[in-house]
Amino acid sequence: MEENLTVDRTRVPLSKEDFVSDQMVKWCPGCGDHAILSSLANVFPKIGYRKENFCVVSGIGCSSRFPYYVNTYGFHGIHGRANPIATGVKITNPHLSVWVATGDGDSMAIGGNHFIHIIRRNVDLNIMLFNNQIYGLTKGQYSPTSPMGSVTKTSPQGTIEHPFNPGELVLGAQGTFFARAVDTNPKLMTEIMFEAAKHDGTSVVEILQNCVIFNEGAHQIITSKDLRDEHQILLKNGEPMIFGKNKDKGIILTSHGLEVVTIGANGITEQDLLVHDQYSQDPGIHLMLAKMTPPYFPLALGVIRSALFPTYDDLVEEQIKRSKVNSTINCVDDLLNSGDTWEIK
Amino acid sequence: MIKKKNKAVTKEDVVVKFVGDSGDGMQLTGNLFSDTAALEGNDLANFPDYPAEIRGPHNTVAGVSGFQVHIGKKVHSSGDMCDVLVAMNPASLKANLKWAKKGGTIITDTDAYDEKALEKSGYKSNPLTDESLRDYNMIKAPITTLTKDALKDLGLDSKTAEKSRNMFALGMMYFMFNWKQEIAFDFFKKKFKKKPELIESNKIALQAGYNYAETVEAISVTYDIPAAALEKGKYRNLSGNIATAWGFLAASERSGRPLFLGSYPITPATEILMELAKHKSLGAKVFQAEDEIAGICSAIGASFAGAMALTSTSGPGLSLKSEAIGLAVMTELPLVIVDVQRGGPSTGLPTKSEQSDLMQALFGRNGECPVLIIAAQSPSDCFISAYETAKLSMEHMTPAILLTDGYIGQGSELFKIPKVADLPDIKPPIAKPNDPDFKPFKRDPKTLARKWALPGTEGLRHRVGGLEKENISGNVSMNAENHELMTELRFNKVMKIADYIPEQQVFGAAENDLLVISWGGTFGAVHTAVEELINEGKPVSHAHFKYIMPLPKNTENLLGKYKKIIVCELNAGQFVNYLRMNFPQYKYSQYNKIQGLPFNVSELKDAFNKIIKEK
Repeated sequence: MEENLTVDRTRVPLSKEDFVSDQMVKWCPGCGDHAILSSLANVFPKIGYRKENFCVVSGIGCSSRFPYYVNTYGFHGIHGRANPIATGVKITNPHLSVWVATGDGDSMAIGGNHFIHIIRRNVDLNIMLFNNQIYGLTKGQYSPTSPMGSVTKTSPQGTIEHPFNPGELVLGAQGTFFARAVDTNPKLMTEIMFEAAKHDGTSVVEILQNCVIFNEGAHQIITSKDLRDEHQILLKNGEPMIFGKNKDKGIILTSHGLEVVTIGANGITEQDLLVHDQYSQDPGIHLMLAKMTPPYFPLALGVIRSALFPTYDDLVEEQIKRSKVNSTINCVDDLLNSGDTWEIK
Repeated sequence: MIKKKNKAVTKEDVVVKFVGDSGDGMQLTGNLFSDTAALEGNDLANFPDYPAEIRGPHNTVAGVSGFQVHIGKKVHSSGDMCDVLVAMNPASLKANLKWAKKGGTIITDTDAYDEKALEKSGYKSNPLTDESLRDYNMIKAPITTLTKDALKDLGLDSKTAEKSRNMFALGMMYFMFNWKQEIAFDFFKKKFKKKPELIESNKIALQAGYNYAETVEAISVTYDIPAAALEKGKYRNLSGNIATAWGFLAASERSGRPLFLGSYPITPATEILMELAKHKSLGAKVFQAEDEIAGICSAIGASFAGAMALTSTSGPGLSLKSEAIGLAVMTELPLVIVDVQRGGPSTGLPTKSEQSDLMQALFGRNGECPVLIIAAQSPSDCFISAYETAKLSMEHMTPAILLTDGYIGQGSELFKIPKVADLPDIKPPIAKPNDPDFKPFKRDPKTLARKWALPGTEGLRHRVGGLEKENISGNVSMNAENHELMTELRFNKVMKIADYIPEQQVFGAAENDLLVISWGGTFGAVHTAVEELINEGKPVSHAHFKYIMPLPKNTENLLGKYKKIIVCELNAGQFVNYLRMNFPQYKYSQYNKIQGLPFNVSELKDAFNKIIKEK
């Protein structure tokens, strides 16, 4: 097999300290972003690339200050445009490990168009979508992921619009990788980011992140100690879908769709449960899993989908390689002199 | 067959215009006519003139498509009034009669003048019979019938046969100019490789037109155009948009920076995107983005990663790109934005030409946001203008706007083929690995350009972004004095490019009564008008500006050498106001046209004569 050109491995072992920036981190104390930053700095040394081959790109918003806080090549863009900027970086230099830090305002609202198109193209990079369901940097207006009825500074009587579920959007745009994590579980974040890095194609990791100032407790129903066991399910490839404090609940697939069942009740055994297949090409069940929401269903965490499809950047390189072999135009002089020309003597 | 002797007239130049329904193949006919003229040794300039609709309403004035060709010994523009008008139907005749010279030749298809077509084109009576065209040399030929007759043995359906009538008309023109039909036959072979039946039908139609013209003696005058008076060398016919694309490919090759274009289709700039997409064998990476903003943002990302980055657009797209141009200014990255200007505002006149984006290019962004601006002056000049814009953008680490327009972008002319090795060197200031002195915003004292540090390079990890940067370190800074300093540095960096561009040249006397000023795509018409006036002994000189921001260093001094100044532009007066702003000590007159059409030489001469006479 041909050597994978996109991997340019480091010769010396790297540690978290190699990626710590000298800039003061200016997020609010208690913000979920701190945990995400720490998780990413844990992941980078594990990936095995040279430290010069990481590039972090962002748009605008609290999350988008990210590039300043990791010691890599970094680009802090403009609102909503992190994804096309990162696309240009990756196409130009496919050897780079490119990471996008973006939020629910940046990628679901002003950059929504770019978000669906980068996913459709399957550019090989990793998008960390910080979802706090609020605009933090502009001090508390509702976002496209705020639940219907959210009371915010621009919706004093509650929002009257349906929120996006980022997972649905990713899969609707033919996404090849979607995973979900919560900022309160750094170990899971690290694992998932590593999975995202391994995936060839656009990896979207939705991180449910808590904004302590403007939307404190937004994800309480999923992350609080007393609710989380009943309201979360961690999906693991090849394993039956079991959750609950006593590990006695599971997910089955019926002709009506997914259902929550109790193991042992009505003759249900572990054998009846749905087994997670994150690599399935067909996104049908992945979509059902991404759509599960409490209180009737647990929210799915972990890698929901990780399917193998050709990446945009690989196809670009392939077309160029093929053209170089087949074309009679191998330099600009060839081009200028191609077709009809004539001499004046 | 023995050739009949026609009266052959030798002419320095001839203007021919092909007009018809937008589905009549007038663009193809015109292109083939002009390629033939070039192969026969003439200088030339072309201008396609087509409606915004792909297929406008049949037989109406709104659906008329045209292609004008100016051929001769030496031509600078596509010409004003036509010596020969080929009109395929009444609507196209009605729309274009005003462009035909009195006494000129009009060739038209009499079969197209049925009652319905006359009514749809707005004619009250048939112009072929009502004497309204008596000032013209009318060649009335039943082109449709004759084409169908000629093709009857091929067994084509009536519609397909009719499609070749443009080639019948072109055959008549081949006779008129005494050209070799083999040139067209070779063209058909290449063009219709995949539809061999069309090679034969077009060939027969062209021959039939040629023979018809020869036998009926309808064409009383044939033209003999002396070969072009051109420098020795190798030439080709080239349109402005293709020349732009090729100039960038050459700049990429010479700079060693891979070409990246992020773009979104928009008339009249799309050909640049289509052309570059063809040249993957030269390593060009072309990304058709989801919108104009993604086009420029992907290019900015590409530039950060080390590509020679481009985005191509027209006026509405330039508006959408404004915020991102600011980002490129703030991050001090090289980037070329090509604006092939069209009539505005808003959607405006998509297929018509204008020079009305100048102020937008100069000032259309938030904040103090200077960029390099260069304006190409003719189709072939787009090549070197694109090359130079890319060169200066990279060497001076600044975004740049290259202004062309629909007229020169889609028009074509002869292009002297250079050797890529003879083009000027391009040396981008790329930072060396592990450079201990590297600081993201440390500058070259001469150019004020910062270093280009490419991701992947050892020892140069750094961050850039849209927030204000601290001088030298590049750290985010909200410091008041630093912001003022950085604003000045960004401005001075662009102004220092004046040390690296040629001084402004003047055609005609260095001191004179009248200085005519023009810029960008109007060079051909303005130059021709001034040249003719100088030959008539008038006290007039011409300065044509290509470098808009910064202006050449001698501009201020130069303007002081003339008693009167007139600035001509295809807008309401944008360059003239820019000059007023920069050099308020001088008085400027202006000549403006905002019709979506290029200048006519005659209207310019009238305007210049008038101002010369004024006391």
